[in-house]
Amino acid sequence: MDFINMTVERTNVQLTKADFESDQMVKWCPGCGGHAILAAIERVFPKIGYRKENFCMISGIGCSSRFPYYVNTYGIHGIHGRAAAISTGVKIANPRLSVWTITGDGDSLAIGGNHFIHVIRRNVDLNILLFNNQIYGLTKGQYSPTTPMGKITKTSPMGTIEHPFNIGELVMGAQGTFFARVPDNNIALMTDCMFEAAKHDGTSVTEIMENCVIFADKAHAPVTGKDVKDETMLILKDGSPMVFGKNNEKGLILKDTMLDVVEIGKNGITIEDILVHDQYSQDPGIQLMLAKLAPPHFPMVFGVIRSAMYPTYDDLVEEQIKFARETSKIKNVDDLLNSGDTWEI
Amino acid sequence: MTKKKRPVIEREEVVVKFVGDSGDGMQLTGSMFSDVAAIVGNDLATFPDFPAEIRAPQNTVAGVSGFQVHMGSSKIFTTGDLVDVLVAMNPASLRSNLKWAKKGATILTDTDAYDDKTIEKAGYKANPFTDNSLDGFNMIMAPITTLTKASLQELGVENKIAERSKNMFALGMLYYIFNRDLNSSFKYFEHKFKKKPELIEINKIVLQAGYNYADTIEALESVIQVSAAPMEKGRYRNITGNLGTAWGLLAAAEKSGRPLFLGSYPITPATEILMELAKHKSLGVKVFQAEDEIAGICSAIGASFAGSLACTTTSGPGLSLKSEAIGLAVITELPLVIVNVQRGGPSTGLPTKSEQSDLYQALFGRNGECPVIIVAASTSENCFYYSYMAAKLSMEHMTPAILLTDGYLGFGSTLFRIPKMADMPSINPPIAEANDSDYKPYKRDHETLVRQWAIPGTEGLRHRIGGLEKENVTGVVSSDPINHQVMTDMRAQKVEKVADFIPEQEIDGPDKGDMLVVSWGGTYGSVHSAVSKMQKEGKSISHAHFHYILPLPKNTIKVLKSFKKIVVCELNSGQFVNYLRMKFPMPNIFQFNKVQGLPFMINELTDKFNQLLEEK
Ligand SMILES: Cc1ncc(C[n+]2csc(CCOP(=O)(O)OP(=O)(O)O)c2C)c(N)n1
Ligand code: SF4
Ligand SMILES: [Mg+2]
Repeated sequence: MDFINMTVERTNVQLTKADFESDQMVKWCPGCGGHAILAAIERVFPKIGYRKENFCMISGIGCSSRFPYYVNTYGIHGIHGRAAAISTGVKIANPRLSVWTITGDGDSLAIGGNHFIHVIRRNVDLNILLFNNQIYGLTKGQYSPTTPMGKITKTSPMGTIEHPFNIGELVMGAQGTFFARVPDNNIALMTDCMFEAAKHDGTSVTEIMENCVIFADKAHAPVTGKDVKDETMLILKDGSPMVFGKNNEKGLILKDTMLDVVEIGKNGITIEDILVHDQYSQDPGIQLMLAKLAPPHFPMVFGVIRSAMYPTYDDLVEEQIKFARETSKIKNVDDLLNSGDTWEI
Repeated sequence: MTKKKRPVIEREEVVVKFVGDSGDGMQLTGSMFSDVAAIVGNDLATFPDFPAEIRAPQNTVAGVSGFQVHMGSSKIFTTGDLVDVLVAMNPASLRSNLKWAKKGATILTDTDAYDDKTIEKAGYKANPFTDNSLDGFNMIMAPITTLTKASLQELGVENKIAERSKNMFALGMLYYIFNRDLNSSFKYFEHKFKKKPELIEINKIVLQAGYNYADTIEALESVIQVSAAPMEKGRYRNITGNLGTAWGLLAAAEKSGRPLFLGSYPITPATEILMELAKHKSLGVKVFQAEDEIAGICSAIGASFAGSLACTTTSGPGLSLKSEAIGLAVITELPLVIVNVQRGGPSTGLPTKSEQSDLYQALFGRNGECPVIIVAASTSENCFYYSYMAAKLSMEHMTPAILLTDGYLGFGSTLFRIPKMADMPSINPPIAEANDSDYKPYKRDHETLVRQWAIPGTEGLRHRIGGLEKENVTGVVSSDPINHQVMTDMRAQKVEKVADFIPEQEIDGPDKGDMLVVSWGGTYGSVHSAVSKMQKEGKSISHAHFHYILPLPKNTIKVLKSFKKIVVCELNSGQFVNYLRMKFPMPNIFQFNKVQGLPFMINELTDKFNQLLEEK
C-alpha cells in the first residue's frame, strides 16, 4: 500500500465497510449520485487504514451535506457555506484527525466561496469532496455557480446569464495543491481518487460530478454518459500518456503553447509523441490547461490532475509552537503573569 | 540638582493628560509617567486617546494623540473626567483638549510650537495666548523645543533628533511638578536603548534639563505630592483590558487542561486580544487569523468539537457576522467563548469610541430560541477574571458564552494584583470517557442538564452533531414537535441553571433604601464614584453593578425590591433596563442613558440621582 500520512494513527485491525455504516436511514432521492459516493467512502476508509475514531466528517448545508449522518465517524453537519472553516478549526486543533469536508457547489462556491479559496491558499490538510450537481438540490432547483450558461432552472426561466466556475481552474487559481475530478458513476475511479486525496498532505479538492435526478438530471451525461464517454472522457494516470477513445487511439499533445487532440498512427504521430501526465509537477501550467478542457473539441479530463507537495498550514502551526516552546522563557501562565514590568507592594 | 524650596501640596488624586501631535510620542510619555506613579505606590488608571486616522495631517485636531493618567493615594475607579494638569505639545492638542481641563487647571505647553501656520491648522482664529481663551488657567508656557535643543548642544546632536526628545523635556518638568524621582526613567532608558547607547545619554540629559528648568521658573508656586495608596500586599503590574481578556483565556485553558484555540478577524478595539494571543505560542495556544468573522467563529466551533477551549474575539459588526454560527454552537451544545469588545454603533459607527449598545445583540441577536451565557467585565483588571469565568462556565455548562467588554476597558489600563494560578477556581469540563457504552450525544446531567463532551479520536464515542434539531438523549436528527419543545426548553434551562454556580448580586451600600443605582459593564468606575460621593453626603443610595447578565444572579429580584426607586445607567438607549423590566415588571425602574461615545461624567450622574431622589 502507498504511503499515507503518518500523523494520523493507524489501526492494527483490518476495518471493513461495516465499520463505517451508520444506523441512519439514507434519505437522498433514489438515483441520486450521493448513494454511489457513499459507497465509495465506505470502500476507501477501511483501505486508508486509520483508526476509525480518527476520521472526522464536516459538512455545510445542502443535500450533499447530509453525508456525515450516513457515515459512522465523528462528524458535524454545519451551516451553509462554512464547512471549510469548521474543518480548518478541527484540523488545526487536532492534526491527528483525518478531516473530510463534504460540500456542494452552492455550499462551497457561492455562500462559502471565501472560505473555499482561503482554505486552499493556506493548504490546510483537509480532504474536500465537492459534490458538483450544477444545481441547488436541497432548495429545489435554483442555478448554482457551476450551472452552465443558458441553463433553464427555477430561478432562470429564460436561461442563466452567468459564467460558471470551472472548479479546477478556481482551485489552481487559489494556489491549490491537489485537484481531482471524478464522475459519480465510476466507483473504482472515485475510490482511487479519494485514496490519493487522503495520501496528499494539504488541501485536496475532489470534484465529484454528481447527478441530481430531480433538478438537474443528466446534467453531466453529455460527458460521462455511457454512450459518449469514450470520446469525451480522458482518465489521467500519473506517468502515463494522456490517451482516450474507444481503443485509446487518441491523445493529447502540446502544440505551440496549447493542447491539441491527435490520433495515434495518423500524420506520423506515435504514442511517444503523446503528453505524459505528471500530477506531482509543482508548476500547474499543464495541469491548469488540462482542468479547463471540455467537449466538443476536447475530452474532459478525470482522475488526479494535480498533487503537488507544499508545506501544510497545520504542520507549520505545530512547528512554530514547538519552536516557541523550546525557546521561550514563558512556560506557563504564572510565568506569563509575572513577565515584564512587575513590582511588589 | 538645585531645588527651590517650594511648598508641597498633598493631593488625594490627580488627573494628568498628555496630548500632542501623533508624532510627539505622547503614548510613551504618558505610560512612563504612569509607571513611575505605580512604582511609588499610587493606584491608577490610564486611557490612551488615539486619533482614528493612522497618519492624520500634522498639527491638525484629527492628528491629536493623548494619554490620560488618573493617579491617587486612594483607590482609583475611573480614568478621570476632567484633568488637573494638561500637557499640550502643540496648538491643535490644546484646542481639542481644553474642554477637558478643570477650572484653574495647570496647562503646560510648548510655545515654540505656535506659529501662524500651526495656529491656523489647529483651527484657531487667533493665537490662543492672546484671545483670553486661557484665562483662569495656570499657564506654564515654556519654549520646550528650543530648550531641548539647547540642552543637547554640547553633545552635538542633530536638531532633528534633538527635537524628537522634546516630550522627555516635558516629562522632566512634570516629574518636578509631581515631586518624582528620575531614576526609574533613567533605568528605563538604559534598558530600552541598550542597542543605541547614544539615545540613553540624550534622553537622560533632556529629562534632567526639563526637571531643572521647572525648578527655576516662576509660574510654579508649589509642587504636588500624591502619596502611596493603601494597597493589598502583593506583586503588581499594569494591565489593559484586552491583555487581561487574552490572559484570562490562557489561564482558563491551562487550568482546564484544554488547549486554547482562537479564531478571529482583526477589528478595532478587539484586535489586541488576537495580537496578544499570537505571541504566546509557547503556551500552546493556536491562533488562527481567519478570512472573516464567520470563519473565525466557525473554525472555533470546529476546534471546540475537537476538544479545545475555543474562542473568537470581535467587536459589534463582527458579532453581527457571527450570529448564525453562534446558533450552531448553541444547538450543538459546544463550549465557545465569544468576546465582544463593544464600540459605538450601528454599522461602523464610532469604531474607536466606547458604548454598551450590543447588549440586545448579545441577548437576542440570533434566529430561533438561542440563549447563551452573557458575562460582562467592569474594569480593565477584571477582564482577566471574567474572561476566565466565561471560559469556565462555557466549558462546564457546554454552552457558548459571550463576554462583553468595551473599548474603554480594552484600551484602558489599571493596576493588576498578579494572582497565582493555584488560587484560580478549578475548571472541570464534562469530558466523556472512552468506550463508555452508555454514551449518547445528548444524554444530560440531571442537575445541570449539561451533555458530555466526546472528543474526536476517543475510542468508542463516534457521533454526529449539527445544526438540525436532534432528539434529546440519542442525538438522532428529529423534527418531532414535542422533542423540539423539550430541546428548546433544555437549552434555556441549562443556561438558567448557571445561576446556581455564580455569586449572588452584591450591593455597594445599605441593602435597602430610597434608591438603587444599577449598572453593568465598563461604567463601574464612574457609577461607583458618583454613588459613593452621594453616600458620603448622607444620601440613601446604593449601587448594584452586574457582571452576570444571562443568567442574572438568583437574588436579583430581591435586590431590586429592596429600594423605593431604581435607576439603571447605561451607555446606550436603555437595553439592560428594558431587559430588567421584561424580567421583573416593576413601575419604579428609571433609566439614565448616554450615547455619545463617551463615558459617564461623575457630576452628570450625581445630578441625575439627586433629581430622582427629590422627585416624589
Ligand atoms: C444562510 C443560509 N442561506 C440559505 C440557505 C438555504 N440553502 C440550503 S442548501 C442551499 C443550496 C444548496 O446547494 P448545494 O450546496 O449545491 O447543495 P446540494 O443540495 O445541491 O447538494 C441553500 C441556498 C441556508 N440553509 N442557509
Ligand atoms: S434533490 Fe437531487 S441532490 Fe438532492 S437528494 Fe434528490 S437527487 Fe440528490
Ligand atoms: Mg449542488
